[in-house]
Amino acid sequence: MLTAIVVCFTTALIFAFAGKYLGQMGTYLISLLPAGLFLYFLSLQSELVSSGEILLNYSWIESLGIDLSFRLDGMAQIFALLICGIGFLVYIYAAEYLKNHRHIDRFYGYLTVFMGSMLGLVLSNNLITLFIFWELTSITSFFLIGFNHRDLLARKAALTALTLTGGGGLIMLVGFIMMGQVAGTYTISEILQSGDVFADSIYLGLIILALLVGCFTKSAQFPFHFWLPDAMRAPTPISTYLHSATMVKAGVYLLARFSPLFDGELYWNEALLLFGGITMLYGAINSIFKTDLKAILAYTTISALGIMVLMIGIGSSTAILALLLFIVVHALYKAGLFLLTGALDHLTGTREITRLSGLRTKSGILFVAGILAAVSSAGIIPALGYHGKHLIYAAAMETDLLSFLILSLIVAANLFIICAGFLVGIKPFTGRPNSGNAPLHPTSLLLWAPPLLLGVLGMVAGIFPSYLEAHLLIPAQTGITSVESTAHLHLWSGFDPVFWMSFFTVLGGVGLYLLFRPSHRYSNQLKSLEKISSRYLLEQIIRGTKNFFYFITHLLQNGYLRYYTAVILTFLIFLIGLRMNLGFVSDHQMSFPVDFTFNEIATVAIMVISIFLAVFTSSRIVAVASLGGVGMCICLLFVYYSAPDLAMTQFTIDTLTVVLFVLLLKKLPTYLTKVDTGLNWRDLVISCTFGAMISVIAMEILLTGSVVEGISSYYAENAYQLAKGKNVVNVILVDFRGVDTLIEITVLAVAGLGVFSLIRLHMSVDS
Amino acid sequence: MTTLILRTAAVYLMPLLLLFSVFILLRGHYLPGGGFVGGLIASIALVVYGYANGINQIKMFLRFHPGALIPTGVTLSLLSGTLPLFYSRPFMTGLWLEGTYPIIGQVGTALIFDIGVYFVVVGTALTIIFSIAEDNERD
Repeated sequence: MLTAIVVCFTTALIFAFAGKYLGQMGTYLISLLPAGLFLYFLSLQSELVSSGEILLNYSWIESLGIDLSFRLDGMAQIFALLICGIGFLVYIYAAEYLKNHRHIDRFYGYLTVFMGSMLGLVLSNNLITLFIFWELTSITSFFLIGFNHRDLLARKAALTALTLTGGGGLIMLVGFIMMGQVAGTYTISEILQSGDVFADSIYLGLIILALLVGCFTKSAQFPFHFWLPDAMRAPTPISTYLHSATMVKAGVYLLARFSPLFDGELYWNEALLLFGGITMLYGAINSIFKTDLKAILAYTTISALGIMVLMIGIGSSTAILALLLFIVVHALYKAGLFLLTGALDHLTGTREITRLSGLRTKSGILFVAGILAAVSSAGIIPALGYHGKHLIYAAAMETDLLSFLILSLIVAANLFIICAGFLVGIKPFTGRPNSGNAPLHPTSLLLWAPPLLLGVLGMVAGIFPSYLEAHLLIPAQTGITSVESTAHLHLWSGFDPVFWMSFFTVLGGVGLYLLFRPSHRYSNQLKSLEKISSRYLLEQIIRGTKNFFYFITHLLQNGYLRYYTAVILTFLIFLIGLRMNLGFVSDHQMSFPVDFTFNEIATVAIMVISIFLAVFTSSRIVAVASLGGVGMCICLLFVYYSAPDLAMTQFTIDTLTVVLFVLLLKKLPTYLTKVDTGLNWRDLVISCTFGAMISVIAMEILLTGSVVEGISSYYAENAYQLAKGKNVVNVILVDFRGVDTLIEITVLAVAGLGVFSLIRLHMSVDS
Repeated sequence: MTTLILRTAAVYLMPLLLLFSVFILLRGHYLPGGGFVGGLIASIALVVYGYANGINQIKMFLRFHPGALIPTGVTLSLLSGTLPLFYSRPFMTGLWLEGTYPIIGQVGTALIFDIGVYFVVVGTALTIIFSIAEDNERD
C-alpha cells in the first residue's frame, strides 16, 4: 500500500518535469496509473474479505509514536476503489477536455499528488500521517482550484478553500494530539479499541469539537459550506474528482471512522444531526435557484454531504449501511453529471442553464448519459440511487430520536435534489434548440464515454444490488458497527412504507421540475442575503487580520537598518535584564581574574580608538575602515584565547563585510550628516546598556566557570567517539547540531535569493 | 580600484586562495576549518579577482551564475542527511567509510554535508556581492 502511494508521488514528480515533452501521449500514459491502482486494490479484495483487514507498518519517527502505518479495511477499500476508479475516468476525460493546454504537465502533476494523498488519507492507520495526507489534499486542492491562475476569482476561491480546509485541519490536529495523549497511542486501530478511556476523559468535549470542525470544513457543512460553490472555478474534471467524488468526502470518512468511538457520547449525535440536517436542506434549496450548471451541482453536493453526516448522526447499523451505499451512489451519479456538464460546456461554450436547450438532436449519446445520471440521482427504480434512498429512508424511520422530523426533512431535501438532477441531466436536451448559441464543437469519445459509463454502472449495480452489498458494503459496515444490519438490498422489496415514500418523493420532485423555470431573478435575490452569511464574517476576519499585521509590520520594520538594530537590541536588553533580575548563581568579588599581556592591551587600545573613529568621523570611508579594524582586533583576541575557528570565520566575514560596504558606498551620500541629537542619545543609551550587559555576563561566566560544566564537556568528550572528529567546533556544526546547520544554510539560501530578487526587481523597475 | 598591483596580485592570489579554501574545507573535521570558513575564503578569492579585473571577467571564469551553487549545496547537505535512512538509521546519522586518507582523515557523510555548506556559502556571498556590483555598474 505504501508502494501505491509512493508510486503516485514519484509519477507526479516525473510527469511535472517530463509531461511537457510527452505531449498528448503522456496524458494517456499517466491515465494508466489510476487504472493500474484500481486493479491493484481489486486484487486485494479476496484477501480483505477473508481476513477483514490488511495491516502494514513501517516505523518512521518512533520516539513520537508516528509510524507509516496503513490499514485497508472495508470502508477504506470502498474509498480506494472510488479514488482510483473515478480517478481513471477523470484522467482520460481531462486528456481530451484540456487538450493542448499549456500547463497540462502541472495539471496532471497536482492531480497525481492529490490521488496519492487521498489514498494515503483513507489508508492511514496513524493519526499524524493521516493529518499530513489530509493537509496535502487541501494544498493540492488549492493549486487545482487556482489552476487558471490568471483568473482573479479562481485565485480568490483557491485561497478561501485553503483557509477553511487547511485551518479546519489545524484545529483537527489539536484534537488528534489530545486523542493520542488520552489513548496513549496514535495508531487509529488501537484508539478505536481503547474503549472507555475516552468516555472518562475530561478532554472528550474538546476532542469531539476539534474533530467536528475539521470534518465540517473539509466536507463543506454549514456554516463552512461556501468554499465549495466557489471552488467550481476549477476546471470541470477537478470539480468532478476533488469537489464531488472524493476529497469533500474525507470529512465524512473520518467521522464514520471514529463514530464507533464517539457514538452516544456527549453531543456527538445531536451535533451531527443538527449540522447535517441544516446543510442538507440549505444545499438542496439553494441548488435549484442557481443558473450555472456547476453551481447547481455544487449545492446538491453540499446537500448530499449533509445527508451523509446525518446518517452518521443516526449511527445505527442500517444508517451506516445507507451511508456507505450513498457514498458510492453519489460518487457515480454526481461524477456523471459533472462530466456531462463539462462535455456540454465543451460542446456549446456555456454552462448557463437558461441558454441550453434542445441539444438532444445534437448529441443524443450525452442525452442518454444525462438521463441515466438524473434517474439515479432521483432514486428511480432500478437505478442504484433507488437503493440508496431506500436505505436512507429505512434508517431514518428506525431512529427513536425525532424520527418524523428527520424523515420529513430528508424528503423535502430530496424533492429539490431530484429537481436539480433533472435540471442538469435532462433540461439542456429538451425543448426547442436555442438558435443564439455559438457554433457547436463536436463531442469526442473521451468526453461522452466516461459519463455514460458511470450512468450504465449505476444502472447495472442497481439491477444486481446484492453483489455490491455482499462484496463491498457489508464488510465495510461490519467494520464500523459490529451489529449486522437487518436491512438488505433487493431490486423489488414490495409495497412497503418506504417504497411509497420513495414513490411520492419522485413524483413531487418531477412535479417541481415541470413547474419550475430557472431564472437569474432567484439567484440575484439570494445574493442580497450575503451580508448575514458566514462568508461575510470570514472575509471580515481575514481583512482584520491583514490590517493588524500590516500595522505591526510597519511599526517594527520601517525600512531603516538602524531602527531594526535598535529594536533587536532593546528586546535583548529587556529579555536578558529580566533574567539578570532573577539574580546570578555566584556571589564572587568582582576583580580582574587574569593578567593581561602587552599584546592584549595593545589590541584593545586599537579597538577602542577604532570605535571612536567610527562613531565620530564624518567620512563614510573612514567609518567603514574603522569598523573593519574593530573586526580584525576581535579576530586577534580570538587567536589569543585559542579559538582559531572563530578567528578564521570572523576574519573572512569582516573582509567580505568591508567589500560589501565599499560596494554600497556609491549608493550613499559621501558624508555622514546625522543631526538629530535626540536619536544620537537614544542610540548611545541602547548601545552602552547592551555593552555593559554583555560585559557583566562575560565576567560572570569567567568567574563561575558555570558553562564548562554544561553541555560543552559532553561535546568535547564525545566528539571523537561518536562523530570521529577532533575539531569539536566542526563536529558540533556538522554532526551534533547538524539539523540546525541545515536550517541555517537554508536561511542563508533564502537570504541570498532575497537580495538577488530585490536588486533584480529594482533593476527591472528602473529600466 | 583597478590598480596594477592589485591586478597582478589577484591573478596569483585567486587560484592559491581557492586551493586554500578547499584545503580548509577538507581538514575541518580534525583541525580548525570547515565548510563555512572554506566557503567564505573561496568567496573572498573570487571577489578579489572580480575587484581587480571587473565582474565580467569573473563571470567568464565561472561560466555559470553563482546562484546555482545555492540549491546545489542545500540539496547536497540534505542528501547527506537522508543517506542514513537507507541503512535504517535516523536522519543525519554519520556514516563512515573504512580507511583514512591524508588531510581528509576518514570520509563520511559529515564531509558531504560540509561540502554542501561550502557551496551554499559561496553561492550566497557571491550572489549578493555580484548583484550589488552589477547594479552599481549599471548606474
